[in-house]
Amino acid sequence: MLTLDNVHAQVEDHPILKGLSLTVNAGEVHAIMGPNGAGKSTFAKVVAGHDDYEVNDGDIQFNGESINELDIEDRANKGIFIGFQYPTEVPGVNNAEFLRLAYNAKRQANNQEALNDEEFRPILLEKLKAAQMDHIFLERDLNSGFSGGQKKRNEILQMLVLEPQLAILDETDSGLDIDALRIVADGINQYRSENHAIVLITHYQRLLDLVKPDFVHVLADGKIAKSGGPELALELEANGYDWLTK
Amino acid sequence: MSENELEELNKEAYKYGFTTAVDAITLGRGLNEDVVRAIAAARKEPQFMLDFRLRAYEIFKGMKEPEWAAVHYPPIDYENVQYYSAPQKKEESDAAPSYDSLDDVDPEILRTFEKLGIPLDEQKRLSGVAVDAVFDSVSITTTHQQKLSDAGVIFCSFGEALHEFPHLIERYLGSVVPASDNYFAALNGAVFSDGSFVYIPPFTRCPLELSTYFRINNVEAGQFERTLIIADKGSYVSYLEGCTAPQSSKHQLHAAVVELVTLDDAEIKYSTVQNWYAGDKETGEGGVYNFVTKRGACRGKRSKISWTQVETGSAITWKYPSCILLGDDSVGEFYSVALTNGHMQADTGTKMIHIGKNTKSTIISKGISADHSSNVYRGHVNINPKAHNSQNYTQCDSMLVGKQCTAHTYPYIDIRTNDSTVEHEASTTKLSEDQLFYFKSRGVSEEEAIQAVVTGFCRDVLDVLPLEFAAEAQKLLTLKLENSVG
Repeated sequence: MLTLDNVHAQVEDHPILKGLSLTVNAGEVHAIMGPNGAGKSTFAKVVAGHDDYEVNDGDIQFNGESINELDIEDRANKGIFIGFQYPTEVPGVNNAEFLRLAYNAKRQANNQEALNDEEFRPILLEKLKAAQMDHIFLERDLNSGFSGGQKKRNEILQMLVLEPQLAILDETDSGLDIDALRIVADGINQYRSENHAIVLITHYQRLLDLVKPDFVHVLADGKIAKSGGPELALELEANGYDWLTK
Repeated sequence: MSENELEELNKEAYKYGFTTAVDAITLGRGLNEDVVRAIAAARKEPQFMLDFRLRAYEIFKGMKEPEWAAVHYPPIDYENVQYYSAPQKKEESDAAPSYDSLDDVDPEILRTFEKLGIPLDEQKRLSGVAVDAVFDSVSITTTHQQKLSDAGVIFCSFGEALHEFPHLIERYLGSVVPASDNYFAALNGAVFSDGSFVYIPPFTRCPLELSTYFRINNVEAGQFERTLIIADKGSYVSYLEGCTAPQSSKHQLHAAVVELVTLDDAEIKYSTVQNWYAGDKETGEGGVYNFVTKRGACRGKRSKISWTQVETGSAITWKYPSCILLGDDSVGEFYSVALTNGHMQADTGTKMIHIGKNTKSTIISKGISADHSSNVYRGHVNINPKAHNSQNYTQCDSMLVGKQCTAHTYPYIDIRTNDSTVEHEASTTKLSEDQLFYFKSRGVSEEEAIQAVVTGFCRDVLDVLPLEFAAEAQKLLTLKLENSVG
């Protein structure tokens, strides 16, 4: 589904990704771990198409098609979703209205009619229940005044509503208390299916206990330093990253 | 971005920037007593009007241009402005005060209004809205006359009103904004040309929205219109003003005066969507200098005046639509969105003067600044000693777009009673690249994202605009902000 082939990317003049190659197939869950500053968030933003990141070598393919030149919104509407580490606050824009706007953008990109509020509401309520969130979240402004944990849970709600093919979740588990972590993991497990691919960017084994990955990769200095199965994460938990990067 | 695309964007940014080729009758440049007399003569005005003008001119000569506003511009050469510009009638050569029928109007002018979305002929005109179309210094036509006169409503050009209803004009003109009020009001008093006049008889709800559309066409001329609206006892009217001007590297002077009067239990809702040419976005060259005095007097008990403005264009805006709450239990409202981009400067806000008992005022101001622009809210809430038990609520929000713009808020509050309530809230937010990226990463286009954020920010104001103009205002705001984020 997603293939990165020797991707080099930089922000301003700082090279961050230095030959990242990765293949993620439908039905798989990949975990990407690695020390701070290794390029994990950059990987997510490069796949999203953020303008600050310049891909100066290599190719990114989604379902066999190069997406290097695609706009951010076109990538999203093709089925790529990023759960952000720091979701942006947007005061004045109602959360439910935002979800409908995004939902309709995707429908329209697929030549389907936009849904009005009345048509969209039942879909939204079902997903809200799946995300174990309260109605009050829908009435509030998008992420505005949300706690760190609430923002992360709102990202999971968006993922469930938009039903992307690929979800890259950037440290969605950090800053969560134990109950919230379990709820977020529940959401991810509901989304997990043979048609969907998931990439979890995380520092902690505790998420991987709840969402069992098929593959674990260590990203260090802009490329994959080591790949393995779930046992690799346990090794990292015990020994840290030093043994890999030295 | 290719040059063609850029050009397209520029065009879109101000699609009203065209000029119509019509022959104009002007009185040449500069201002003196002869010019003032010539304007009155050209318009065949009654004596009291000429006297009013000459008094205003005397006052103007003794005044200095105000310097307290936070706007900066090179000195205006008042001797280089044309103070009167009337499009020539089809087959007549003398300066004409009014048109008897649309057949007399140069078809180019009718096409201009049609291009602006204001068709004037009987078949195509807007339903539910009566329009007075003002082109440079002259009112072209007023639509829906029959329906209005059936209701007893007077809605016509100022010039026509001077001849048909001189007693009403003489009684109310200058009673809310006297010529001595300020420099630009004095200038307007001396040289104002056309504008609209409205009178709503007692206990009448005006059956249509009334609207005046101001078009500056002559790029050399100033526009000085005067609007007077009187809502008699127990009446109601909703009035909308729209404005555009051609794109020009020269500055055009616009100094209008609007006076509103409400008697007992009457209500006037006055809405403005202002979209003058604001100057070149990159260099700041050209654009309209807008020095406008708008004021309403709630003379009657329980009367109400509500100002709603969406300001998106003018190189300089100097404008404070205000309410004098004289009648007991009267209500004043000010809802404003002021958007500045490019090199625009806006110093705008309101004055709420509480004089009667139990008077109430509400001020909701939303300022959006982008690019290199400067956006100032200046407000004055005054509770006089006899205005017992009065209330004011002020909310003043600023949104910054990009890193070069500025937003300032200057609220003046003067309370002379100890039983009144005055509240003031303010906030500042930013429309950031991060927000746009977040929307886009969810599949939403930049245009829709800006619209969602800006509409959310301005909702309190857009909600009180007449419906058909709210959608237009929303689009206008979005259009102006595209390419400003970052």
